[in-house]
Amino acid sequence: MTMIKKLHMTAAVLALSTTAVAAQEVEVLHWWTSGGEAAAVGTLRDTLATGGIGWVDMPVAGGGGSDAMTVLRARVTAGDPPTAVQMLGFSIQDWAAEGALANLDELAAEQGWAEVVPDALQAFSTYEGSWVAAPVNVHSTNWVWANTALMDELGIEQPTDWDGFVAAMQAAQDAGYTALAHGGQAWQDATVFESMVMGVGGPEFYQASMVDLDPEALGSDTMVEAFQRMETLRGFVDDNFSGRDWNLASAMVISGDALFQIMGDWAKGEFVNAGMTAGEEFQCFRVPGTEGTVMFNSDQFAMFNVTDPEAQESQLAMASAVMSPEFQVTFNLVKGSVPARTDIPSDQFDACGQLGMEQLASAAEGGTLFGSMAHGHANNPSVQNAMYDVITAHFNGEYDAETAAAELVTAVEIAQ
Amino acid sequence: MAVTTDTGADFRTRLQSWLPKLVLSPSLAVMLIFVYGFIAFTIYLSFTDSRMLPSYEWVGWQNYDRLFRVREWNIALTNLAIFASLYIAICTVIGLMLAIFLDQKIRGEGILRPIFLYPMALSFIVTGTAWKWFLDPAIGLENTMHLWGWESFAFDWIKDREMAIYTIVLAAVWQSSGFVMAMFLAGLRGIDNEILKAAQMDGASNFQLYRRIILPQLRPAFLSAFVILSHLAIKSYDLVIALTGGGPGNATALPATFMYSYTFTRNQMGIGAASAVIMLMTIAAIMVPYLYAELREKK
Amino acid sequence: MAAASTENAIRSSSFSRVLIYLVLLLFALFYLLPFGIMLVNSLKPLSEITGGNMIALPREWTIEPWLSAWSTAQIGVQPTGLRPYFINSIVMAVPAVLLSTIFGALNGYVLTKWHFPGATIIFGLLLFSCFIPFQIVLIPMARILGILDIAGTTGGLVLVHFVYGVGFTTLYFRNYYAAFPTELVRAAQIDGAGFFQIFYRILLPSSGPIIAVSFIWQFTNIWNDFLFGASFASGGSAPMTVALNNLVNSSTGVREYNVHFAGAIMAAAPTLLVYIVAGRYFVRGLMAGSVKG
Repeated sequence: MTMIKKLHMTAAVLALSTTAVAAQEVEVLHWWTSGGEAAAVGTLRDTLATGGIGWVDMPVAGGGGSDAMTVLRARVTAGDPPTAVQMLGFSIQDWAAEGALANLDELAAEQGWAEVVPDALQAFSTYEGSWVAAPVNVHSTNWVWANTALMDELGIEQPTDWDGFVAAMQAAQDAGYTALAHGGQAWQDATVFESMVMGVGGPEFYQASMVDLDPEALGSDTMVEAFQRMETLRGFVDDNFSGRDWNLASAMVISGDALFQIMGDWAKGEFVNAGMTAGEEFQCFRVPGTEGTVMFNSDQFAMFNVTDPEAQESQLAMASAVMSPEFQVTFNLVKGSVPARTDIPSDQFDACGQLGMEQLASAAEGGTLFGSMAHGHANNPSVQNAMYDVITAHFNGEYDAETAAAELVTAVEIAQ
Repeated sequence: MAVTTDTGADFRTRLQSWLPKLVLSPSLAVMLIFVYGFIAFTIYLSFTDSRMLPSYEWVGWQNYDRLFRVREWNIALTNLAIFASLYIAICTVIGLMLAIFLDQKIRGEGILRPIFLYPMALSFIVTGTAWKWFLDPAIGLENTMHLWGWESFAFDWIKDREMAIYTIVLAAVWQSSGFVMAMFLAGLRGIDNEILKAAQMDGASNFQLYRRIILPQLRPAFLSAFVILSHLAIKSYDLVIALTGGGPGNATALPATFMYSYTFTRNQMGIGAASAVIMLMTIAAIMVPYLYAELREKK
Repeated sequence: MAAASTENAIRSSSFSRVLIYLVLLLFALFYLLPFGIMLVNSLKPLSEITGGNMIALPREWTIEPWLSAWSTAQIGVQPTGLRPYFINSIVMAVPAVLLSTIFGALNGYVLTKWHFPGATIIFGLLLFSCFIPFQIVLIPMARILGILDIAGTTGGLVLVHFVYGVGFTTLYFRNYYAAFPTELVRAAQIDGAGFFQIFYRILLPSSGPIIAVSFIWQFTNIWNDFLFGASFASGGSAPMTVALNNLVNSSTGVREYNVHFAGAIMAAAPTLLVYIVAGRYFVRGLMAGSVKG
């Protein structure tokens, strides 16, 4: 086994021109490079290997996938696209609009994808009615992660509304703890912000402002209030938050130095790795005010046009493997996210995973499942980053809430 | 017989006269295509509505108009002015000082010199995390000073919107000042000692020696250092990404990070190209007079 | 070549000598610090890093992170460590450095010893090309590599590094050869020596120091490049920096800082070695050449 692996690797190193993807091979561009998640993708490779399909790995980490997207552009411009690419939200639509993606309709119809994937996800996996990508998982962003021991020590119950949330944080701060663990990076600020928008304005306002980009909603008093909540949160963050990685913020909650963290469900992996159990040593609950709604982002494998018939066959085999219930379970158990298919039994997942799956299903039915602005599922990258600029500038004290709302209108206008 | 040798020799002379140009031509050709061709392409793109991939829809000056309405671009320009001037000035001063000191028959020069020089060998992908930790008040220098009992010590620039750009300068100076030192050291070692001895006989003080004789002779070193430093300053990208990611807020954005972000992350290639054109014009404005002066002097 | 001597005629008092040593040592400390942080933390177990003072010495020394970074860390789906990518970087860097140095030397020779109209302008164009921001060349370069059918190959990457390095090497060699006595070249010409013979017999033997400068500069830049390596190499042939970035920069995974630091030091080892071994020639090369202008 290792011998074969070694041979394979040496071959890859020696064959200096491995560009032309051989027939029985898939070349996969992705940014899942850290231990656990890379191992999870590894299971996909093993599945394909049993079917005699080789896997040419092309990982490019950094910038939450933005470096990988840069590389992808170089590859497509050179006329040499990978077989499959890990992609988020609007990027899939952009590439489909360029006519660069393959058509998976036949396979999707055969396997009944449309019945098991929530509509909100399908909006990204399909372009003009055709399937172009295979969704792997659903991450949800409006979660609070809490240290149970610290909650008990401070006598805090799980808060159910905004005031309760603020009171809990106040109690922690008074007792000398950091109330909210947060990392001051634009995407983290935005992750918290979208929950505030949802919490203050509710689903319709979120749709109007973050998805439809209605200037009136963007500059409204409701938006000002959302920014004011950010100011409140800013008061509960320690002085040293700027530039901190999200996982170091999680570590503060894990060690009991901080009470809460608002972060997507990938944070769960950090807690689990620290030997904690969901529902026991740590708690997960929706950001108060956003209960009943789920903001999501979904990793998908976008399938690029390949001409060789055998390569097309390999590509379809990969898409099929991605959508298989087995892979969806294995991968998401490791990743902390939940399967993109809603027909998968939740018994293998931990308390937080089960809660997430249950809420995803009900939100999908009730129409309260929304794409995450912070993670490129509400609008295109230029608007998303323009919003980042304003949110992070405000959170760092450059604007007050009124100015921030006004700036948001201008920034979005320039970016469109 | 004789005729053939004649044409042979003739051919050889002609070949000899063409050889220099022939040798130069591959470099010239790749440069014209891969540098000036691409610059022309970028200028063209800056007038199109290119977003994710190049497009050829002409939009006139719209990208430039938008560029200067984006607040971040003005921040990036201001930052570049602060960063470049401080970086070049500090590197030159430290480089010159270290070179002069090392030139005093220092014991252990063989060990010190590579220590001063090695940062140039490392990319910020390698040293970025270490710098970030060192500058972070909670775990880095400030914390260490507190642990050692200096409670009032504060060094939280990287978290401070106003001061963060100076931490970028600090790390950049760390990387390149040793290189500048090497250039000045080379210059100092090239100065004829006889002149110095003669001046010393005439009773010149050390200070006078440096001011009147040595520094003027280092002029070429100053110029080379200036060219290399300004090119590094303008291209600074890894450094900002590794240290602050452009934050807090957008406080440490530089034109290079702006350009990358707009071209690749934000899918606004037109605006990205416009910012690149402005950067190239700035470089040209600095470099062309310098090159002109340098090259004319040679003749 | 130049009347270079390490002797210095300036004398200074013992008080100022103490001061000088003090300043030099302080700066040495400043330069060593980031590397020291990396080294110390690469020898700690992870729990000691996330739990405690990151600048402190390890309580428990371990070389586990080094072994992991080299051979078992997860770079992509395969737990290969950095080892295979190391070879990729060498396969890419060596020809690129050699090519750009050879052409830089020949260009410098032509530009200084074979005057012809327009030579100055050509040199100016070459020099200005050093300043092109790499971000703008990415897309058009990808197109051209695609047309030449060398996209995603090491050959393509070598071409890219040659293109954007030859301006620098030409600059170095031109400045170096400018100080070289032209009379020698003329004399050889009269004796009937050809273009390459003159270069080979007369200039090359005294070019050692500037070859070292060009070599160090190019090797460092090419080895450390990330943008081109990530964009123009496909999966298996990715260079070291791309692998290192995959190791340290994953966005939503657990971060093993000790392994990251060990990997970072490994990735930097060749350039560090080059600087330490060839550093002496570096100053000598600069001394004899480029600073003379």
